[in-house]
Amino acid sequence: MAKRLEGKVALVTGGTTGIGAAAVRRLAEEGATVFFTGSKEEPAAALCAETGAHFRKHRVQDAAAWPALIDDIIATGGRLDAVFANAGIEAGDGSIETVEIEGWDNIIAVNQTGVMLTVQNAILGMKRNPEGATGSIIINSSMNATRPLGNYVAYSVSKAAVCALAKSAAVHCGGQGYKIRVNAILPGVVETPLIQNIMNAQPDPAAARAMYEGMAPLKRMAQLNEISGLVAYLASDEAGFISGAEIAIDGATTAGMMGV
Amino acid sequence: MTELGSKRLQGRVAFVSGGLRGIGLACVERFLAEGAEVVLSDLDAADSAVVGETMARLGQAASYVSANVAKEEDWERAAALVKERHGKCHILVNNAGTDLTGAVETLSLESWRRIMSINVDGVFLGTKHFVPMMAESGKDFRGGSSIINVSSIMGLVGMNEVSAYNASKGAVRLFTKGIAIEFAQKQTPIRANSLHPGFVETPLLKAGFQRWVDAGFAEKSEDLVASVVGATPIGRLAQPSELAAAAFFLASEDSSYMTGAELVIDGGWTAQ
Repeated sequence: MAKRLEGKVALVTGGTTGIGAAAVRRLAEEGATVFFTGSKEEPAAALCAETGAHFRKHRVQDAAAWPALIDDIIATGGRLDAVFANAGIEAGDGSIETVEIEGWDNIIAVNQTGVMLTVQNAILGMKRNPEGATGSIIINSSMNATRPLGNYVAYSVSKAAVCALAKSAAVHCGGQGYKIRVNAILPGVVETPLIQNIMNAQPDPAAARAMYEGMAPLKRMAQLNEISGLVAYLASDEAGFISGAEIAIDGATTAGMMGV
Repeated sequence: MTELGSKRLQGRVAFVSGGLRGIGLACVERFLAEGAEVVLSDLDAADSAVVGETMARLGQAASYVSANVAKEEDWERAAALVKERHGKCHILVNNAGTDLTGAVETLSLESWRRIMSINVDGVFLGTKHFVPMMAESGKDFRGGSSIINVSSIMGLVGMNEVSAYNASKGAVRLFTKGIAIEFAQKQTPIRANSLHPGFVETPLLKAGFQRWVDAGFAEKSEDLVASVVGATPIGRLAQPSELAAAAFFLASEDSSYMTGAELVIDGGWTAQ
């Protein structure tokens, strides 16, 4: 494995499981000192033992706790170079007719406000790097930003919102002369533990799996390590001219019409 | 850069059209550094000085074929040469391209057809003639073979007096999505993605800016560079090596779930 991130310090929100945990592994393999946040302490401890990464219990929507987290990372790691704004939820969602205000508010708080706070505090941290404001921020959006789901209205709306947030922040950073890049990635269906649980909870798990696999023209779900390759590339200096971009990683799902 | 020479393309064969200059040459150099064998094409004669010097510098893992991307017989010859020399092909960069500017009512049909023949026919023909070999070779690696079509941000947004180039690069963008879906649905192990560079410091850019100066759009090309840089959030031109890094990412196993996608490398230009 090439070490593209040697000497860099990275933060992954929602890093205890799924796409976030895979990113923690990959960024650590690439040589970065990795911090990750979340709430699940057991998988977090195992991931720390496996990768040498550092866990900090923190919820992205907790605005008051952000400054101390960034202080802690810089005190421990010395700097901040790459942030993967990954934490997201969809529990409590529904269609436009059925979604209740509590579910809507929770999802917007984590997926939208939480990402805003992550990007805002990432920039504040990156401005403290000795050579000046430098870094790469990667937002985990979704293909549902451009192909919204009827029965996940809050999730779809929040994922679209963070694409605009990525562009606004990218343009702002450029205008300020910061060497901070901000991009959004838009994964298709990824075989996360969450999706596995959903499939296994169905009366016919095999049929549920076939349905998810069939959503992409590639006829399979993404594996976790297929997303972290893109995260590692965007985090590295190799992607130094990429900012304000939305990058689909979905096995051609959004290249055409869904289900055709 | 520490990532260079990690040999992550060991065992792969790549073909790069328009490989003697600019983005194409940078892709060739990067693929070689990653351990691939590379065949490059361009319009220059095989016995020309520039080809001799370039190939001597690139070394044994690179070879050259003089070919015009707009001519089907040249693609047939290029594919046959790759087959004969390497027996396989995993990576195709359809990079060769040209530009055309001018008010739409002043463009000749001949100049329109010329840019379409290079920028659009060239991508179609390269794909057509390399797909059989790449479908076979795609079984060798996770994520399969990879076609990388060089479009442009001008394939995403329009620009004053750039309509023909806009149309040609927009065609590349959607051609890529079409073939990506086609390969995926047939389970043909080839991915296809488009690259969308902004303003890159290449010979083509310099020549294009000079033509704009000659046409009276600006006093000197430095002024055009300054205006482009000023309008780019990142505040500089891209280097060809940054496009090569993107092509390398799309060629490697790291992008194994990416197909039918656009990778915009424009320093934030189209985010504004």
